[in-house]
Amino acid sequence: MRRILEYQKARSIDEALALWREAPSARYLAGGTDLLPRARAGGASPGRLVDIKGIPELAAIEELPSGDIAIGAAVSVAAVAAHPAVRRRFPALALCASALGSYPLRHRATVAGNICNASPCADTAAALLCLDAYVRCASPSGTRRISIHEWFLGPGQTSLAPGELAVAVELPAAAAGGRAELGRISRRQGVDIATVAVLLVAVPGADRRHRVAMLSVAPTPRRVPEAEDLLDRMGASAAAQAAQAAMSAAQPIDDVRGSAAYRREMVGVLLQRAARALGAD
Amino acid sequence: MGIPIRVMVNGQLESLQVEPDESLLAMLRERLDLTGAKEGCNEGECGACVVLLDGKAVNACLVLAAEADGREVTTIEGLGRAGALHPLQRAFLAHQAVQCGFCTPGMVMTAAALLRENPDPSEAEIRTALSGNLCRCTGYRQILDAVLTAAKEMRAAGERSPR
Repeated sequence: MRRILEYQKARSIDEALALWREAPSARYLAGGTDLLPRARAGGASPGRLVDIKGIPELAAIEELPSGDIAIGAAVSVAAVAAHPAVRRRFPALALCASALGSYPLRHRATVAGNICNASPCADTAAALLCLDAYVRCASPSGTRRISIHEWFLGPGQTSLAPGELAVAVELPAAAAGGRAELGRISRRQGVDIATVAVLLVAVPGADRRHRVAMLSVAPTPRRVPEAEDLLDRMGASAAAQAAQAAMSAAQPIDDVRGSAAYRREMVGVLLQRAARALGAD
Repeated sequence: MGIPIRVMVNGQLESLQVEPDESLLAMLRERLDLTGAKEGCNEGECGACVVLLDGKAVNACLVLAAEADGREVTTIEGLGRAGALHPLQRAFLAHQAVQCGFCTPGMVMTAAALLRENPDPSEAEIRTALSGNLCRCTGYRQILDAVLTAAKEMRAAGERSPR
């Protein structure tokens, strides 16, 4: 059975929104690396796909006068990972972007698509959570910014309204300049999603000097303030306690990639390794 | 309902009517008889279908044919030809980096894209680039050696991999 009945390429944000309003089961298509396999596999047929890659303002990485960086929703993960300002100022995102999928997949996948897909293992989500990112969204009623901390509602669920389009991911200047360490366990190094992953970001001088996020151990990617508090107060000497706090905060499940017990244990191991590597202080 | 597209494939302009759910891979194989790119998993996990889209390695199974409108595609058939093989193709033969051959076009195209971006990759960089290309026959040692050899040869010749 044919599941994709119609392909439309939008030339502007307004045109994309209008194309969705005509066919409200439609999906916006960015990289398609999650959407196309799912559209073929089953579930509700999207019918219409609205390709957003031809919208000029979605195709760029922009350095704003405020020092923020805005990543257009159609920018590939590979372009983000290679972007000099992202690498220099937001290494956590460059690191997570480089860990996503495979070399060819990274040329198609997008950061916006990664978080709209809202998998608990979304690699770039770990960085966006640690960087306190915002998602700029467009709908017929106007534009709004959604904090990444209010974005993920559950597996595959976000706070985007029906028909609302994520147009850019914004990295606030306040989180720039840190160092990052990613611990990521998967069955093989390329392509496979994380069985469990922990990202530790150290941002010297920020109100919150240590930021921790974990993947694949909760219904959504999750920040771990419980562990951050300990690291901020006591530095590297608190690594073992922070690991315990992260293990307590994790709500992992058993699945084909690993057991809940293994995942919980690895959260602690990965956080301690990351703290050691960064010399958390 | 066909979608009219114009796409440059291996240097030749093709005007086609494609279906909305048709993948670039299906278009290449079934409309253009370019069967070098293979369908392995059809979900971006195996790399057997890798081609170059505007010079970048992509999984052709995850690109809609309609998305290729106005773009340039290079397949293994466009990389070299009989009697004038690409250095990567020669090196794969010299190192016997082929057993059943199903993964080979994807391996070669991924490596070709890598060498365009990075003419002098370390072995670790080659491993990272090829980690999305599965081979179930040979093991990867000969493949890594072939890419290293081709990179060296191409640097010596000062030639660039064609799109």
